[in-house]
Amino acid sequence: MIHQYKLNGYNIVLDVNSGSVHAVDEVAYDMIAMFGTHSGDEIVAAMLEKYGDRPDVTEEDLRECLADIESLKDAGKLFSEDTYAGMAFDFKKRSNEVKALCLHVAHTCNLNCSYCFASQGKYRGERALMSFEVGKRALDFLVENSGGRTNLEVDFFGGEPLMNWQVVKDLVAYARSIEGPAHKKFRFTLTTNGVLVDDDVIEFSNREMHNVVMSIDGRRETHDRFRVDLAGKGSWEKIVPKFQKFAKARGDRSYYVRGTYTHYNTDFTKDLFALADLGFTELSMEPVVCAPDDSCALTKEDLPVLFEQYEILAREMLKREKEGRPITFYHYMIDLRHGPCIYKRISGCGSGTEYMAVTPWGDLYPCHQFVGDERYLMGNIWDGVTNTALRDEFKQCNVYARHECDGCWARLYCSGGCAANAYHASGSIRGVYEYGCELFRKRMECAVMMQVAKAEDVEEA
Amino acid sequence: MKRIKTVETRDLKASVKTGGCGECQTSCVANQLCEK
Repeated sequence: MIHQYKLNGYNIVLDVNSGSVHAVDEVAYDMIAMFGTHSGDEIVAAMLEKYGDRPDVTEEDLRECLADIESLKDAGKLFSEDTYAGMAFDFKKRSNEVKALCLHVAHTCNLNCSYCFASQGKYRGERALMSFEVGKRALDFLVENSGGRTNLEVDFFGGEPLMNWQVVKDLVAYARSIEGPAHKKFRFTLTTNGVLVDDDVIEFSNREMHNVVMSIDGRRETHDRFRVDLAGKGSWEKIVPKFQKFAKARGDRSYYVRGTYTHYNTDFTKDLFALADLGFTELSMEPVVCAPDDSCALTKEDLPVLFEQYEILAREMLKREKEGRPITFYHYMIDLRHGPCIYKRISGCGSGTEYMAVTPWGDLYPCHQFVGDERYLMGNIWDGVTNTALRDEFKQCNVYARHECDGCWARLYCSGGCAANAYHASGSIRGVYEYGCELFRKRMECAVMMQVAKAEDVEEA
Repeated sequence: MKRIKTVETRDLKASVKTGGCGECQTSCVANQLCEK
């Protein structure tokens, strides 16, 4: 399977199953489109008819291009076959090793964001803070169930994790004390709304947090539409200086300012550029997760607008990079040479198998977005995964389990998408969230185009 | 090749034999890096 598209002056051909990317001229682009369904003579005749008035397009040249296409096909870089489908059905035999936990250290929040998927941090339940004892057991559970894996990840999440900051610090200290003897390496991340960020949080995070995710939606009016405190007052003014200080202090350590866009700000690049104007360079902006009948939910009519926004963003990023003031956008940061292997691309995020969420009282869920839905309770950190049927269901939740993905060129970039989004949109973790698919494909087209543009720049330099 | 430029990419077919170690970051995959 191949995918062809034109963007920002580039003609791009993706070979889905090998991962190959080709930048071609318009003649080769048209020839590849006819290849396989027309004979060589038919292709040459069609090209001579279309481009024959150009001095560089001769029959000899076209035959040479046909030979190039044939050689790429023979090399497995064009029209390559899908030889992975058989691997997917062995996934139930995958090991039960766990490598990442999302620790819900606080099911409470000091903001009252109306669009919050976690119902203002309480996950449709009671307010709660994780005790050190529960967190300690969760870390032990992770080590005990991680098999031979070295890298283990823990995200401090909520609600607002800074409302339980001392426990976070104590858990990091405990993890550091056991990682040597256990031959493990913990990587911590922190996701925060910024309200309680202070010098202690910044200093500790810079020492211990591999990544920090700072929640801010962009322009003041965008942010304050949803992200309000318990009195209904917007939080933008309070958090911006804190995040600016935090981001500056991160130095070359990883951070992302992470916004949410909704039906109300489909012009989200203005929010991203507003964040850049505030001095943030590592940016992420995600579509809202909510019920389809919610007023902030994205609509079909929003999609063309959003597609254009993603293209505007890609062009602006290339421009800023050439001007020496680059910004990054999470979904455009792909590495074609050192990206994930085929196993990762088929199996996806690992929710419900190698990645789980832990509630403040120690229950296990497939990921943070399932917490609070008792149908998806998997077990707990003392007894482990007791609902093994549910784990098996998630094990098989891969790109080949979704028939909607069969003809999709982006399936080995998205791995079939997010199980939680699929569940909320279709009622099944093996369904698909159609709008999410459309947005993902556009993002990937932009991301690959940027890589092609950068490769061209390197070649010209 | 005159009309076709191939961008260097990881060979997914080859990764059937070299991949699967599981040391990479949990994505929550296009943005992930191999950490073998």
